[in-house]
Amino acid sequence: MSDQPLLTVDNISKTFGGVAALSMVSLEVNRGDIVGIIGPNGSGKTTLVNSISGFVKPDRGKVIFNGHDITGWDPHKIADKGLTRTFQVMRPYYSLPAFKNLIIPLFSPRAKRTGGWRGGGKMGSRDTVALDILEEIGFERDSYVPYKMASSLPTGYLKRLELARCLALRPELIICDEVFSGLSMSEMASMLPLIEKLQMEGISLIMVEHRLRELFRLSNRVIVLNFGCKIAEGVSSEVMELKEVKEAYFGSEEEVLEYV
Amino acid sequence: MAVDQKDRRKERIDRGIKVRSDGVYAISSWLEISYLVAPRLLFIVGLLAAPILLLPVPYWQKVLSIICIYSLLAISFDFLANYVGLVSLGGGFYIGVGAYVAALLNMKFNIPIFVTIPVATVVGAAICTVVFLPCLPLRGVYFAIVSLMFPLLAARVIEALDIFGGTDGIVGVDGFSSTWIEQYLLIIAVLAAVFFLRRMITEDVGLVFSGVKDNDQAVKASGINITKYKALGIFVASSLGCFGGAVLSHIYMWAGLSQFALDFSIIPIAATVIGGGGTLIGPVIGCLILVPVSELLRDFGTLRIAVYAIVLTLFIVYKSEGIMVYASRKYEQFERWVSI
Repeated sequence: MSDQPLLTVDNISKTFGGVAALSMVSLEVNRGDIVGIIGPNGSGKTTLVNSISGFVKPDRGKVIFNGHDITGWDPHKIADKGLTRTFQVMRPYYSLPAFKNLIIPLFSPRAKRTGGWRGGGKMGSRDTVALDILEEIGFERDSYVPYKMASSLPTGYLKRLELARCLALRPELIICDEVFSGLSMSEMASMLPLIEKLQMEGISLIMVEHRLRELFRLSNRVIVLNFGCKIAEGVSSEVMELKEVKEAYFGSEEEVLEYV
Repeated sequence: MAVDQKDRRKERIDRGIKVRSDGVYAISSWLEISYLVAPRLLFIVGLLAAPILLLPVPYWQKVLSIICIYSLLAISFDFLANYVGLVSLGGGFYIGVGAYVAALLNMKFNIPIFVTIPVATVVGAAICTVVFLPCLPLRGVYFAIVSLMFPLLAARVIEALDIFGGTDGIVGVDGFSSTWIEQYLLIIAVLAAVFFLRRMITEDVGLVFSGVKDNDQAVKASGINITKYKALGIFVASSLGCFGGAVLSHIYMWAGLSQFALDFSIIPIAATVIGGGGTLIGPVIGCLILVPVSELLRDFGTLRIAVYAIVLTLFIVYKSEGIMVYASRKYEQFERWVSI
């Protein structure tokens, strides 16, 4: 069981109308891994994330998580198994204070079973658990930040809130859809150790990113998508040197020469 | 000196007593306690005293029962629309199902009135929930349209298949032994519904409901089945309507097709607009205004619909926030003009 990969994505395809958003993409995530997914705009990264987390049903292929075939399951069932995700466009509950945002995931069947993040199977007051999670994720407990309305929080805190929402479920795998985008340099600098900490806690992560420098610091393996196909996979520093990857980002040599 | 309209704006500031009575410190002074309790007490005592005050005019006592039934529907509409995010026009369906279940239990199985009402509430709500289940993935105006279809559909099905007494309805249902029981049952139900729902929406399950309304994708990603919570919301809301319907069939001693009438779907919405959506008490106030107005205009026949429409239009144009929101703002804040 333990030598099996945590997540196996086997040749999944998805078309929207006539556009092939994903074709025959496979990937594997082992326990404790941080796997990066990169690619130019429109290359199918978010569709891949959506297909794994259940928000989009793949046309073909299989997604196996922790021994369960979760292909085509509803998102809440997948989250219940321990595979959660953040959204690229943050989706906090704007009308609620930050810590009350976590009450909703803590109310889920999975959180009730596991006791929330670090809970020993039994949860005390949900408010306390929520404040504990927020403190770990970088909301200063004694300040007013956890009590502020989500609508008045800056982007950095909202990105953390997205992660905190995943942590409340005590997940085994978190898919981070562009957690670094829109953050200032200092916010990114404080986000990096946070993700390293999650990895040390034994949580596996898939990170969809445009911020390559930060991603390569974290992940040991990246997958490159272009036009819905996987064009490369491997150690981050080597992948970027491949001809296909350079072409995906910068265009082929002939094309470049045409413009010159 | 007269300040030009353009150079000033209205500033709203919380009253001192509102701020002082916000937290637990309110219990430190009688003044602050009474500031908090007075409006609620006015509402509770006012409703409880209404049947006694209306003793000299038995006709208006009957109207009070109808007001309460519409209030229950309006509260359920407000709860579903503003806290669960489902705009349901199925009020007529809830009333009809409750009325028919109570009447059938009473007539076919000779079950006494104090059993039929609770059973009709629960069974009727279960029927409504099951019927609405396929429409729950719909949102916004699409859900509203489908929910409006159910009362129409139910009436035509009963008519066409000639079941449950067909167009004649079920006649001879037991009545209440006294009007006092009838009226206090309804009034206590309205009060219980308001305060129960107000409590529920601040509990953790209420936060899940508001999450379903504002941000269902995030709720799904949190491992929560949103269909389950929408169904729970429908169950709670339709149980209020079915209770009203069951009582109605015992008041009229009859259950018939007119209990699927669109009035039961439309008037609660109008009452919610007038009273103020999202307040739960507002819809009751709206019903206390709208239903008597509609009774007063009964002599004018169909013209009352026109008067009705005018009242509603005036409210939407000039006070779209509703009476309750307006009143609570005046109660909690003072306004002043500041020049800019």
